[in-house]
Amino acid sequence: MIDAVGLHKVYRLKKHRVTALNGVDLHVESGEIFGVVGQSGAGKSTLLRSVNLLERPDAGTVTVGGEELTSLSGARLRTARRGIGMVHQHFALLSSRTVAGNVGFPLEVAGVGRAERRTRVGELLELVGLGDKARAYPSQLSGGQKQRVGIARALASRPRVLLSDEATSALDPATTESILGLLRSLRDELGLTILLITHEMDVIKKICDSAAIMEDGEFREAGRVLDLIGTPGSLLARSLFPLPDLAGPDTVVVTYPRSFDEPLMSELTRRFDVDVNILGGGVERVAGQSVGRLGVDVRGARRAEALTYLSEHGLLVEEAGK
Amino acid sequence: MIANPADVLLLAASAEAAGPWEAVAAFVRDWPNMWPSLWLATQDTVYMVLWATVFSVLVGLPLGVLLITTDRGGLTPAPAVRAVLSAVVNIGRSLPFIVLMVAVLSLTRFLVGTTLGPTAAIVPLSIGAIPFFARLVETSLREVDRGVVEAAHAMGTRRITIVGKVMLPEALPGLIAGLVMTVVALISYSAMAGAIGGGGLGDLAIREGYQRFNDHYLWATVILLIVIVQAAQSLGDLLVRRLTRR
Repeated sequence: MIDAVGLHKVYRLKKHRVTALNGVDLHVESGEIFGVVGQSGAGKSTLLRSVNLLERPDAGTVTVGGEELTSLSGARLRTARRGIGMVHQHFALLSSRTVAGNVGFPLEVAGVGRAERRTRVGELLELVGLGDKARAYPSQLSGGQKQRVGIARALASRPRVLLSDEATSALDPATTESILGLLRSLRDELGLTILLITHEMDVIKKICDSAAIMEDGEFREAGRVLDLIGTPGSLLARSLFPLPDLAGPDTVVVTYPRSFDEPLMSELTRRFDVDVNILGGGVERVAGQSVGRLGVDVRGARRAEALTYLSEHGLLVEEAGK
Repeated sequence: MIANPADVLLLAASAEAAGPWEAVAAFVRDWPNMWPSLWLATQDTVYMVLWATVFSVLVGLPLGVLLITTDRGGLTPAPAVRAVLSAVVNIGRSLPFIVLMVAVLSLTRFLVGTTLGPTAAIVPLSIGAIPFFARLVETSLREVDRGVVEAAHAMGTRRITIVGKVMLPEALPGLIAGLVMTVVALISYSAMAGAIGGGGLGDLAIREGYQRFNDHYLWATVILLIVIVQAAQSLGDLLVRRLTRR
C-alpha cells in the first residue's frame, strides 16, 4: 500500500548539514500496522512526513495506493493527500471550532455539502465513541478525547491509509492503551493501512504487525515483528525484551517465537543431565502471539546437545557470553 | 428654583468662599453651553476614527497576513518580498504621528481636495494606523499553532483556505485585541490631528482650551476622550472573552 524507495533528505542548517533520511526503503502491506521506532532525531518524523509529502524528499519516490505522490504537485497532490489521514502527537485541533467543526473540516475543504457533512460527522463521532461531544470545544476535552477527535477527523474523507505521528506520546498509559485499541479496531473494521512512528517499544509490542528500527536516518532492521524476533541478533527482540547484563560463560539467550505447551526446560535437565538456571526474562503478547525471551545458564557435559535440542524445537538459542 | 443639581453645588460652594468646589460647580454649570460644540466635535472624532479603522483593517490585515506567509517557513516564503514589506511597515511606524501628518499633506490634498477638516484627517490617520495594525496582525498570526497549519496541509487544504479557515479564525481573539489597540491609538492620533485643523475633540481642546484659555473645554474633552476609549476597550474585551475558546 505504501512503497517508498531510496528516500534521502538533508536539512541545511546555518553551519552544518543534518541527514534526516539516508536511503530509506519502506514497504507497508495493505491492511497492516507498521511501526517505525527510534530515538528523537532518528529521522522517523521526516520519514512519516515524506509519505504525504509534507516534506519533499531530496531523492527517492513515494507511492501510496499505486499512485506516485512524488510526481504530483498542486491540486493533484492536495487531492491525493485527502486519501491519507494523519493523526498528530499534539492533536492539532482548531481551538476555534467545536468537535463537530473539527471533524467536518476535511469534508468542508473537499467541498462536501452541509447536510452530507452533518451525517458523516455524526457517524465518525459514534465510531470513536464521542457521540455526545459534538458541540464541545477542544479545550473542554481530555487528552484522550482530543486524540479521538483527531482520529475521527483523519478518517473523515474515508482514507485507506492512516499516518500516526506519535499519536499516544502525549497521553497517560491507560489512555494510550485505549487509543491503541481504537486504532487496531479501526484497522480491523475499515481495512485501514496504518503507518505509525513512535519512541515507545510498547506501541510496537501492542499493535504492530511489522516494524522498523530507525537510527541516523536509516533502517537498522525492518520486517514482520514475529520474524524479527525469531532472527538471531535482532535489535527489536533485544529492545522488546531487555535482559539484565548476562555475561557468564555458560549463558544463552533463548527466544520463544510462539507459545509452547511442552515443558522444554525440565525435559532438558532430564534428557541431557544439565543444570538450568533462569537468570531473567519475560513472556508477553506481541502481534497476537505469546512470545518469550529468557536469559538462561546451561551447565553440564552435554550442554551443546541440549542447546541443539532447543533449536530443533523451534526456539532461537544465542550464546550471550561472547 | 433648586431643580438643577449644578445650582445645589454652586450654593454649597459659595457658602465656603472660593475653592475647588466652586471651580467644579462652574464647570458643571458651563456644560450646557459647551455641549453643542462638544457633541459636534465628538461626532467628528468618531467619524474620523471609524473610517480610519476601516481603512486600517482593509489594508493592514492583508499586509499582516503577507508578513507572515512570506516569512521563512510560511505558506509562501518570499524573503525579498517580506524584507520590502517589513521595511515599509517600519518606516510608517518610525515616524511620529505629528510629523507623518505634515509629511502626507500633499497626498491628502490630492485625495480629498483639502487638508482641513475631519475627512482630510482620515488620510494621515489611516496611513499612521495601517503599519501599526499590520504588526499586531503579524504578531497574533505568529501565535497560531504550526501543527494546526501542518494538519490542514495534510488534509489537502489550499493555502488561501488555510489563511481564511485556519489562521485567521484561530487568531481571532488576538486580532480583535489588536483592533482595539488600533482604535485607541487612532483616538489619540485623532486628537493630534486636531492640532493642524483636523477637527474633532482634539481640535476643540486646542482651539478653545489652549488658545483661548478656557479650561472648561479642556476638561470636557478629556472626559469625553476617556469615556470613548473606555467604551472601545470594554467592548473589545467583551468580544475577546466571548471568542476565546482556549
